[in-house]
Amino acid sequence: MKKSVRFYSGAELVAKAAIDAGCRFFGGYPITPSSEIAEYMSVHMPRVGGTYIQMEDEIGAMGSIIGASLTGVKSLTATSGPGFSLKQENIGYAYMAEVPCVVCNVMRGGPSTGLPTALAQADIMQAKWGTHGDHPVIALTPAYLEEIYELTIKAFNFAETYRMPIMLLLDEVIAHLSAAIELPDKELLVIKNRRRPTVPPEKYFPYDTAYGDVPPMANFFEGYRYHVTGLSHDKTGFPTTDPDLVQADQERHLRKVKAHINEIIDYEYYMMKDAEIIIFAYGSTARAARVAVDNARKLGIRVGMMRFRVIWPLPEAEILKLCSKAKAIIVPEMNMGQLSDVIERYAADRTKIMRINHVGGVPIHPTDVLNVIKEAL
Amino acid sequence: MKFDHYEARFAGVGGQGVILAGKILAYGMVSFESCRAIETPTYTAQVRGGATKVDVVIDKNHIEYPRAENLDFFLSLHQKSFNIYYKEIKPDAIVVVDPNLTPNVPANIPQKLVMVDLVEIAKKQMGKTLYAAVIAVGLFAGITKVIKESNIQKAVLDKAPKGTEIDNLKAVKIGIELGKKALKSNDKVVKLTIEDAMLPDEDNGK
Repeated sequence: MKKSVRFYSGAELVAKAAIDAGCRFFGGYPITPSSEIAEYMSVHMPRVGGTYIQMEDEIGAMGSIIGASLTGVKSLTATSGPGFSLKQENIGYAYMAEVPCVVCNVMRGGPSTGLPTALAQADIMQAKWGTHGDHPVIALTPAYLEEIYELTIKAFNFAETYRMPIMLLLDEVIAHLSAAIELPDKELLVIKNRRRPTVPPEKYFPYDTAYGDVPPMANFFEGYRYHVTGLSHDKTGFPTTDPDLVQADQERHLRKVKAHINEIIDYEYYMMKDAEIIIFAYGSTARAARVAVDNARKLGIRVGMMRFRVIWPLPEAEILKLCSKAKAIIVPEMNMGQLSDVIERYAADRTKIMRINHVGGVPIHPTDVLNVIKEAL
Repeated sequence: MKFDHYEARFAGVGGQGVILAGKILAYGMVSFESCRAIETPTYTAQVRGGATKVDVVIDKNHIEYPRAENLDFFLSLHQKSFNIYYKEIKPDAIVVVDPNLTPNVPANIPQKLVMVDLVEIAKKQMGKTLYAAVIAVGLFAGITKVIKESNIQKAVLDKAPKGTEIDNLKAVKIGIELGKKALKSNDKVVKLTIEDAMLPDEDNGK
């Protein structure tokens, strides 16, 4: 008897999950190693009555999803490092105008066009600070195929709940690999949608904080007055330079995430109960680290791992606690230390940080991690 | 064949279909052999003509580290990909090359080497060079026995575009026969040519 088997690649799962989360607009510009997402969307979006558009470049692609989202349609774009750089101006615009959308970045080596199609985790910091000014950031870093599906849906839910762009960071390994997986029952998915105005159009303000930190959002072309700008604005959406209003608005933006941090942070502990050496990892690198933990445990070494499913915001309190008790902390990354620099700030002089940094496009191997675990003893 | 963990790599240049070969094998292992399998393609920005490979990691259980690290089987359809991807190979693995496209294989490699004119066989027997990849997965089944002959045939048929089933089935059968011949030989270097790629009569021309 033939089993019912369906192979998915990581890239396909981003696209499939987006559609299952209600995404009906994809605006993109192909770039490896993310092109498969656009490819899947170009076939499947029309089938669900959605729109796929290949724009003239990444800047236009980001603009297109902002526009689509303003009309009430959940929207996705997908890119890689160089395209992510190009999108930054419009990503800032989406933060400022509070437009929900999801930006998927299948990371590759940089700077510039860097290492096409090869593995990297080069945009951890670009996801946080890529656009100028202060703004809240939510960035997710799945490591498994099932998790890509789950966290893509979560990304859309965050976007809708907090009315902001969400960064979904994959790496080449998990985007390109395929395996047979079982997807959750669609009926059981929790899908969130943006809050709609309850007032008549003439009484509507697009940035009305009377309803809390996340103002209800009307759809364009439905009769609501709605001005959108990248300039600092008041509740009508028109520009203002009033220092008090601008200050209050920036603080509100940051509060959207800060006040809900416990609903957003997301991590997994592995073998942490008695761990003296702790690994902080994310994405496919965490899979190599997990094998290394297993192998070290066989040698009697007390090592564990904290894996971040959401990398921004970080669970600061938990990291601080671990930094106080760990004999050593190991941070393997496919970059020159973008997360380790941050962890070092938490650790201060409480413990030593050991880094593993590969940027040549070759994945970090379990043995690489195991060797550093042994050094840490 | 008994195994808990098995790793195979098909390498070539973009357009030869090696990634498809990996997809067919992974699909077959999961669908018909009760295994887990992860298939990971690697290609360069130069999609056509650039070195390409696909790794298939097969395990009876969950696969945590998805990359191949100790290959049991390596097949190369091009010198470029041989030069880049002939690595991480166990000494007792099987190495298969098309000698016309991969002429420079070091004489001292520790593995059993099977030299088979895959592309020429595809061209002459099937009329199209693109069947080389399907012949290759058949050869994999015939020589490694990791997947049953009937199961690799089923996998090929499931993945074959409509209307090409008969040709694809013929190609995979040719591959299986080549693989079985290579397996039978105790020589460290086995050479197979078009002469070895004849199917038993009942399969010909159908």
